[in-house]
Amino acid sequence: MVTDSAIKTVTLTIDNKSCTVPKGTTILKAAQSIGIDIPTLCYMKELVPDGSCRICVVEIEGGRKGGLVPSCAEHCAEGMVVYTRSQRVVEARKFILDLLLSDHTLECFSCARNGSCKLQEYCLEYGVERTSFRIGKRTPFGKGDTSNRFFEFRPDKCIMCRRCAHVCEKLQGRDVLSIAGRGFDTHISTCYDIARTDPTCESCGNCVSACPTGALSSYDQKRNYRSYEVTSTQTTCPHCAVGCQFNLLTKNGKIVGADPVDGPTNKGLLCVKGKYGSYKFVHSGDRLTTPLIKKDGKFEPATWEEALGLIVNKLTQIKKKEGADAIAGFSCSRSTNEDNYMFQKMMRAAIGTNNVDNCARV
Amino acid sequence: MALKEPVLLKRVEKMTDPTSVEEFTKYGGFDALKKAVIMDKEAILDELDTAHLRGRGGAAYPLGRKWRHLYGSQNTPKYIVCNADEGEPGTFKDKMLLEKDPLSVIEGMVIAGYVFGSNDGYIYIRGEYRHIQAVFHQAVRNARAAGYLGKNIMGIEGFDYDLHIISGGGAYVCGENSALLNSVEGKTGRPRVKPPHLADVGLYLKPTLVNNVESFACVSAVINMGGEAFLNLGTKDGGGTKLICLSGHIKNPGVYEVELGMPLDEILYSEEYGGGTSTGRPIKFIHFGGQSGPIGTSEQIKDRLYDYGDFWYNKLAIGSGAIVVMDTSVNAIDYMTSVMEFFVHESCGKCTPCRLGTTRLLELFKKFQRHGGKQGDIEKLEKMLEHITNLSACGLGQSVSVSARSALAGYRDEFEACIN
Repeated sequence: MVTDSAIKTVTLTIDNKSCTVPKGTTILKAAQSIGIDIPTLCYMKELVPDGSCRICVVEIEGGRKGGLVPSCAEHCAEGMVVYTRSQRVVEARKFILDLLLSDHTLECFSCARNGSCKLQEYCLEYGVERTSFRIGKRTPFGKGDTSNRFFEFRPDKCIMCRRCAHVCEKLQGRDVLSIAGRGFDTHISTCYDIARTDPTCESCGNCVSACPTGALSSYDQKRNYRSYEVTSTQTTCPHCAVGCQFNLLTKNGKIVGADPVDGPTNKGLLCVKGKYGSYKFVHSGDRLTTPLIKKDGKFEPATWEEALGLIVNKLTQIKKKEGADAIAGFSCSRSTNEDNYMFQKMMRAAIGTNNVDNCARV
Repeated sequence: MALKEPVLLKRVEKMTDPTSVEEFTKYGGFDALKKAVIMDKEAILDELDTAHLRGRGGAAYPLGRKWRHLYGSQNTPKYIVCNADEGEPGTFKDKMLLEKDPLSVIEGMVIAGYVFGSNDGYIYIRGEYRHIQAVFHQAVRNARAAGYLGKNIMGIEGFDYDLHIISGGGAYVCGENSALLNSVEGKTGRPRVKPPHLADVGLYLKPTLVNNVESFACVSAVINMGGEAFLNLGTKDGGGTKLICLSGHIKNPGVYEVELGMPLDEILYSEEYGGGTSTGRPIKFIHFGGQSGPIGTSEQIKDRLYDYGDFWYNKLAIGSGAIVVMDTSVNAIDYMTSVMEFFVHESCGKCTPCRLGTTRLLELFKKFQRHGGKQGDIEKLEKMLEHITNLSACGLGQSVSVSARSALAGYRDEFEACIN
């Protein structure tokens, strides 16, 4: 991109509100900065605009070609007068929704994304209850790709926003998902039509998180919960030391799912463990609920006092007899950074050795 | 008032081997290049401005203005790209130049290379023109051997410029400049989001000039005869001569060169050009400039001049130069259905209005075709055309409505007859 080193600003009016932004800012970002919400489907803030869904259209007074432009791609200009909800804009958005619904299987009641589907949300907002194109070509119903064990793909619910393919290619860097065909027959495909069980696909599920509809949906969500039934609690993924931020979703006091949050280290992405694995052990029946001490070759339940006392005794004995370097500490990568820090501190300060390691090499 | 002397086709039919540099120079080839390299670059741009040469690909954007934009771009390197992805139905003029006088296109591209200090030019030739690609390859090899391409062109120290020939893969949308550049880069041929303009961020994210085959050939003509003389060949709304492609129900189909501003009736009816309809029935309408151009009714085309200004004023367009003649046996709805089938087939599928809208339009046209229209369907069609034009991302989707709207304006009665 050609950029000027000195930051120049432009002042424009959006819905009668004045707004000053750096030159090169898109209308969408300018509107967001003053609290005006514009609907988007294909837009991803981390990437250059795709400009394909056209739902973010806004009207520019006196603009070229009828003045309707996609706000995600159009740059703000000095003196520009923008309307984000004029009658023409609303009609244009309704038309887009009408077209999208004309090739979208409406089975909202059984859909995993019922309540968290952007298409559903916008159709409700703009009063598009059903498509006006009653008869016509449709993507075949229900012929989904169920090759992945964590999620399924239903092309008849896909609105071709391409977010999944962009996440896979540009953010996750796996290039599993791609766009094939053209015209009406354009569809999301895996590269060379490999199955989603192929090792190239890590089942990270970021495509599922990115999908605005139910085209890509987790089996967990499909079977166990809908978005309106759960409470989100933001926390740090316990699986490794990267510190990805995510929301644990709880329903009736049980963790049922995880959604990525835009954290400083993960930028809205998760790996397969974070997305599908890291919360499942919480309610596992195999979990230890009390310390165990081995007596006569068998583990017996013990109290914390007994267990910690035993550890202190043994470590003190070894240190006295063989020196501190006879002891090594190995911590679990599933601990948080803070716990790992405390652990090495204990090894160095209390025990007196630098023999510390961690298995965080995943 | 036929053309006294051809400008663009002057060598065609005279040369026994169109790729021979020797024959090309015998008939005035590379004269323009020789003239250009001793001219001031600004002076060349001035000549192009004076000539009022409009881009010949279809959009008719003033070429001088496009060149100035790129000239002012500070970033380097700059790339020169020739759009030879001639896919507009009813258009076959670039084919003529590429096959019969390829060196004239090369000359225009080398002049552009000189003006912009570019080292690399790309020509993107339609995949279906496989045999022409072979001719063009030979022409490039010959030009290179004669020192008109490669290092130190014509012995001028540091004037290094070479051409790369890229074959298209058969997508109409790759005629759209940014989709074409994506295709050259090896990516899928889908249009890019603009801004930025290609003159700032084009091929490999560098400033890029994209012009049509005929436009490059015209550049040589402008340099040869001077901007003023070129302008005088045409009218104040666009100078020079234009290659036209006559097809459909016309007695003498083919490529002709005409001065801009020639009476349309002469093109259609004089024996030297069209010679009237091939069927003996009168002309019903003409589709100008390819599928994305407007349809002119017999009333509309009466007493017209083949000129950018006169055409635009009367809601017509020169476009690529296609003139598809349809006689009175053709039903406007049948014709439009086939036009729409073309767009459905060629939509790249990137943006919603074009991907789904073209199919819905075709379905509506087919409904009219079987006389199954309902009250309100014409109004629905009009609304759909308006939305698809306003919302589509690139020229393909935006121009879907051009022919349909003009057909609706001219033959509304035929549409109404299909309403039950």
